[in-house]
Amino acid sequence: MMDYLLIQVLNGVQLGLLMFLLAAGLTLTFGIMDLVNLAHGSLYMMGAYFAWTLIGWTHSFALGALLALPACFLLGVVVEVVVARRLYARDHLDQVLATFGLILFFNELVRAIWGPEGRSISVPAFLNHTVTLLPGVIYPAYRFALIVVGSVVAILLAWLVARTRLGMLIRAGASNRRMIAALGVNIELLFSLVFGLGAVFAGLAGLMAAPIASVKIGMGDDILIVAFVIIVIGGIGSIKGAFVAAMVVGQIDIVGRAFLPDFLKTFMGAASASAAAPAISQVLIYVVMAAVLVWRPTGLFGQRT
Amino acid sequence: MKRTLLGAVTVAAILGCGLSPALAQQSIKIGFISTFSGPQAAIGEDMRRSVDLAVEHLGGKAAGKPIQIVYEDDQFKPDVGKQKSEKLVQQDKVDFVSGYIWSNVLLASYKSVVDEGDTILIGANAGPSQIAGELCNKNFFSTSWQNDQTPMAMGEYLNTKGVKNLYLMGPNYAAGKDMLAGVKRTYKGKIAGEDFTKWPDQLDFSAELAKIAQVKPDGIFIFYPGAHGVQFLKQYVQAGLNKSIPLYQVFSIDAITLPQQGDLALGTLGAQEWVNDLPNEQNKRYVADFKKKYGVYPSYYGAQSYDAIMLIASAAEALKGDLKDKAKVRAELAKANFKSLRGGFKFNTNHFPIQNFYIQETVKDADGKMTVKTIATAVTDGKDPYYEKCAMK
Repeated sequence: MMDYLLIQVLNGVQLGLLMFLLAAGLTLTFGIMDLVNLAHGSLYMMGAYFAWTLIGWTHSFALGALLALPACFLLGVVVEVVVARRLYARDHLDQVLATFGLILFFNELVRAIWGPEGRSISVPAFLNHTVTLLPGVIYPAYRFALIVVGSVVAILLAWLVARTRLGMLIRAGASNRRMIAALGVNIELLFSLVFGLGAVFAGLAGLMAAPIASVKIGMGDDILIVAFVIIVIGGIGSIKGAFVAAMVVGQIDIVGRAFLPDFLKTFMGAASASAAAPAISQVLIYVVMAAVLVWRPTGLFGQRT
Repeated sequence: MKRTLLGAVTVAAILGCGLSPALAQQSIKIGFISTFSGPQAAIGEDMRRSVDLAVEHLGGKAAGKPIQIVYEDDQFKPDVGKQKSEKLVQQDKVDFVSGYIWSNVLLASYKSVVDEGDTILIGANAGPSQIAGELCNKNFFSTSWQNDQTPMAMGEYLNTKGVKNLYLMGPNYAAGKDMLAGVKRTYKGKIAGEDFTKWPDQLDFSAELAKIAQVKPDGIFIFYPGAHGVQFLKQYVQAGLNKSIPLYQVFSIDAITLPQQGDLALGTLGAQEWVNDLPNEQNKRYVADFKKKYGVYPSYYGAQSYDAIMLIASAAEALKGDLKDKAKVRAELAKANFKSLRGGFKFNTNHFPIQNFYIQETVKDADGKMTVKTIATAVTDGKDPYYEKCAMK
């Protein structure tokens, strides 16, 4: 039973880390630029498509994935300079409208370049086996690699935000944008960098999720909603909050799928339990979000205003 | 003289114009709804190829009239499917609507076509229980099956194989519920567990697979069509379950998914009403021509679509191309007087086929290509379990 629990916890951690990568960029752009970027999911999708093309060219998963990251950075910077920059001063409704337009643009772009039918990236051969973590705890190697890569990136990001000059500016920007602009920081460059960084994380999440899910048009749209839930739970602009909330959401999702049906069966019929469980587990994260907002309206680690 | 000639020509021209409505319905127009975009587009493509091949085999005509197909993409969404169905009926004024991969898309579109549109619908894949039972309609015919039937065949086979303890998994939508209900109708062993996953966006089955590894059943039964089947099989192998727990499937390993599943699928068993090696003449011709034209194996989705076109053509031939009297068209369709790729079938009272189901194994053909071959007949002349609830007798 313990090994089963451990595997399910690992599944939750793996899902949470993927969500964290997506949410990190989202919470930074929202927190620092005050930009509601619905097109963040499109960057997630583009990461997967870039990786698909580059893996095809290089015949190597690792090399293709590595090359996709600078491509995502460039794309992020272009989107920032061409579109996002014009939106910072506008209100949120305009931003939602414009970035929703970007979603449609990217979906059609992918349809034009890669075709409508979707692509698939296979798990690289060197990770296509299982690893024995503890006696009896067998886990797919690729998922374990996701946990390792996700954790390393999370630590790097924490270091970047907490220990570097760029991180200091990011934190300052999240607390008070006008003040750091007044102090003579090149805010345009900072914003482009942060946006590009967010795109890299989103793209990384997309390409790492691709072998588990599939590479398809609109793949970022569903997951983006969950990413928004995460940044709201964690507190907008807080990397730490995004991390904690992503972990919580990852575990809730797994608990809803792994344990809820059996739990419901203890007090209702098997048929109605198996009908109710998927429905309940799908809304569980929203229930948690609502509860957190009642308790702490600015999220777990949000700035008090 | 000249003037009278001109007058005669004018009269003839006017008469000609006046006559043309009587000669109207120059073509037989068939609207075909399937999924042509997104990750499930491969299924739609297989159906489109088979419809094109059917039209080609007919010489482009039925009863001397050209056959015109209007393809529409449901984008894998029930609301879009309904819109496109209404467009076909109201705007294109098609004689028949056919296609439909997904039960939820068919259920959403059904009323607009068969009731409000009073148009004949030939379902070429989806077979939701509702339409076989209480919602059955004189305007609906199926060239596929009712959802419960294929898993029922698998259940029968599992009994003979002595599988004692079975874990069930499927997506949480109309067809997934029918499929799992179907296998439970015939399977006599113990159900070790049952999971419905979110449809269509859940592609990560890690939590469910971990549960299965914990429960250790004798077998896993799944229904994950198209792209979802590819993902499920990959993750099942990645989790190492292929070494200890055999997989039994319906609609999850086929000509659509095998190019992506490759060797991982080798040796798995499934149930189906049509297999590419069924030994009748029309099937041999279909499979050979399909492979020659497109370089890949056709799937049952394609075979059922081919049958749908042939069924329509048989009715048109019998009525000499006059499709105006819908009652006569329905009566002709109900005879199923055509050479089906599965070697002929009869319609039940609810217009679903009474047919055989086979067990198939995934193998490599002589050229090293992945395919499936028939290894047993699981059900002979099977009827769906809902026809008695249908008001049509």
